[in-house]
Amino acid sequence: MNVLIYLVPVALALGLTGLVAFLWSLKSGQYDDLDGAAVRILPDDDISQDSMLG
Amino acid sequence: MAEILDLSTFVERTPSGNSHITLAVDGVSCAGCIRKIESGLAKLPGVIDVRLNFTQKRLIVDWRGGEIDPARIVKAVEDLGYGAHPFAPARIEAAENRQAKWLLRCLAVAGFAAMNVMLLSISVWSGNGSDMTQETRDLFHWLSALIALPAAAYAGQPFFQSAWGALRTRQLNMDVPITVGVVLALALSVSETATHAAHAYFDSALMLLFFLLCGRYLDQMVRRRTKVFAGNLASLKAEFAHRLDGGEVARVPADALSPGDCVLVRPGERVPADGTVIAGSSAIDESLVTGETAPRAVAAGATIYAGSINFSGALTVRVDTAGSGTLVDEVERLLDKAMQAKSRTVRLADRASRLYAPVVHATAALTALGWLVAGASVHDAIVTAVAVLIITCPCALALAIPAVQVVASGQLFRSGVILNTGDAIERLAEADTVVFDKTGTLTLPEPCADAASIDPDLLERAARLALSSRHPLAVALARHARERIPYPGAVEEPGAGVRALIDGEEGRLGSPAFCGVADSERYDGTADAEASFIVFCRGGRSADIPIRQVLRPDAVAVVQALIARGLEVMVLSGDRPATVAPVAERLGAQQWRAGLNPAEKIAVIELLKSQGRRVLMVGDGLNDAPALAAAHVSLSPISAADLTQAHADALFLGDRLGPVLRAVAVTRRARMLMKQNLALAVIYNAVAMPVAIAGLVTPLIAAIAMSASSILVTLNALRARLTVPGAVGAGAVPAQTAVTASASAGEPVGSVARGASMEYAS
Repeated sequence: MNVLIYLVPVALALGLTGLVAFLWSLKSGQYDDLDGAAVRILPDDDISQDSMLG
Repeated sequence: MAEILDLSTFVERTPSGNSHITLAVDGVSCAGCIRKIESGLAKLPGVIDVRLNFTQKRLIVDWRGGEIDPARIVKAVEDLGYGAHPFAPARIEAAENRQAKWLLRCLAVAGFAAMNVMLLSISVWSGNGSDMTQETRDLFHWLSALIALPAAAYAGQPFFQSAWGALRTRQLNMDVPITVGVVLALALSVSETATHAAHAYFDSALMLLFFLLCGRYLDQMVRRRTKVFAGNLASLKAEFAHRLDGGEVARVPADALSPGDCVLVRPGERVPADGTVIAGSSAIDESLVTGETAPRAVAAGATIYAGSINFSGALTVRVDTAGSGTLVDEVERLLDKAMQAKSRTVRLADRASRLYAPVVHATAALTALGWLVAGASVHDAIVTAVAVLIITCPCALALAIPAVQVVASGQLFRSGVILNTGDAIERLAEADTVVFDKTGTLTLPEPCADAASIDPDLLERAARLALSSRHPLAVALARHARERIPYPGAVEEPGAGVRALIDGEEGRLGSPAFCGVADSERYDGTADAEASFIVFCRGGRSADIPIRQVLRPDAVAVVQALIARGLEVMVLSGDRPATVAPVAERLGAQQWRAGLNPAEKIAVIELLKSQGRRVLMVGDGLNDAPALAAAHVSLSPISAADLTQAHADALFLGDRLGPVLRAVAVTRRARMLMKQNLALAVIYNAVAMPVAIAGLVTPLIAAIAMSASSILVTLNALRARLTVPGAVGAGAVPAQTAVTASASAGEPVGSVARGASMEYAS
């Protein structure tokens, strides 16, 4: 059972990382415009003509 | 005339000296639009940041210092082919946004903690059945406490605060038993852990919070979405006024006017604020104010009200302090009285929790007493009593009603009904009598030409000529023009009419005198009470074109369907009996009254109320506002006067009356589902409570029972989505999917034909 000594803190730390990441994404406004995010991926203007041909 | 568009009231200055404006944008439907607008505006010199929120259809622009005139930004968006309307973010909306984020943070914390504690709890449950040592179990319980206590203290705040608020005013709401349950569960678990007991309820407390926060957040989300939409609509509808600053005319938002300002009201425009005429004379249409359809002649010294339409001559108006007009005074006074008299209807959820909390707490106390009497130890008696509290904690009850409300308000939203108040759903479902106002509610807000009686060729020419005029009657006629190109060289003579060369011959449209026709008695409105006439003549032929209020296209079908559903329909109008009678007859309304002033309308509604009826009032005029406030529940079309909209429980969009029927159908079904859900919650308690009283509830059973009942009521609420509420009667009314609002700011109000359309953000 000694394995619990480090497994439990590791599990909790992983969970906390997820929680902090979510709170950070919420704070930075990533959920403010969900529909916009869905359509913004469609335009290909970030790909230059050359790379599309090549 | 070159005008200055003054939007400075909408610009916010940031502390760093930059400027910031929010615009409601319409016509945005795809990714291409976002890119076009954002890159188009980024090219303006000085612009730092442009961001289009696609969900909310809002554009936020930041620029350096005061380098750009906000009017230029609006112009730039309009040049790209979209409508842009300056938007003053309401303070209430900002508060709702903060509240939503806070709830989401609480939800995240509760979810994280519930998952981790459940991980430890399941180990304990399986360990209790096998060979887990007491030390390991204690370690797991202490770890659970370490996670659960801070998490519950944070995530439970929405409930603790609301429960405290209710207790301070000596009331009980649903959050009181929730708070008691959570706090007791945690306290008991800590003391059990300290005494090395086998069971702790940390996971139950956190799971409870997680489920309840889900319900809370959903509720909040729907409310926020309708608020955002209503805010956009308000800015789309916002009126502009021509303010006289010395010799110059500046176009300013009507909200920015202050008492003492002088405004110019041109023919065809809506009066932007209450005031006194100081120069000019004209006839004004006050149908939005009084319900009266015949125009009133005004001259210098007359009091006029916001929302009236100026017909013939330009007026200079001095803006007076709000509510100085006699009619407005009267309406405000009646409103105050109606608001005071209105007994706050108790919401279904609150009624349930008022019954529920005492029953649950009494049962818990009796359980403890019973076990003590039966000879159990004090510790065991208290543990059993707390288990009763935990298992009966109104998890399902607190989800039962919000879940249905979320689904129902979403459905109402899609059918073009925007709720102003949270409990409107329940009150709409209770209505058994529908009282309609006539002008602007049963009829379309703008008059239309009676096309049937006129030669189509002549009508087309007259309508095309009307395109060149701003007179409200001409604007109504212009909507019939198939070819929407004005005749070149058309000249408008103010107060008389418009003339142009049509295929080589002069055509004239306007007053009888202008067209050289003898002024017969029919033009003064005595022969045909409903219609106003406009005369068209060309090449010796002349025609009188009647312009009248027409019923909304589905008004008859909707009224018939309402009657078929067992509601009584009544028409109360401020207009003359001669115009109300035919309308009531066509609709088949059971009763009608005409020529009522606001006080008389209230009197009729009070009479109905004293007969035990629950009245749904549908009205749009300023004169309807007190009646709306007095009724059990009220609806307004989006074209209604501002004060009236503010007092309506819900607004409906579009040219059709269908949303009224749909609102009744959806809410009745929602109410049925709410009651079903409450019944489910009661059945759950009836099963779970005896088990808990018997002392058989372990944390495992509590976890299963609570999640099962919550999921059950949520699924039942979602049933509302699966089946569309009953057919709409003979003329099925399709759900409105787009709104047309008179949008082009500063344009004559009548130009609805060109009004912008705006899609729901669903």
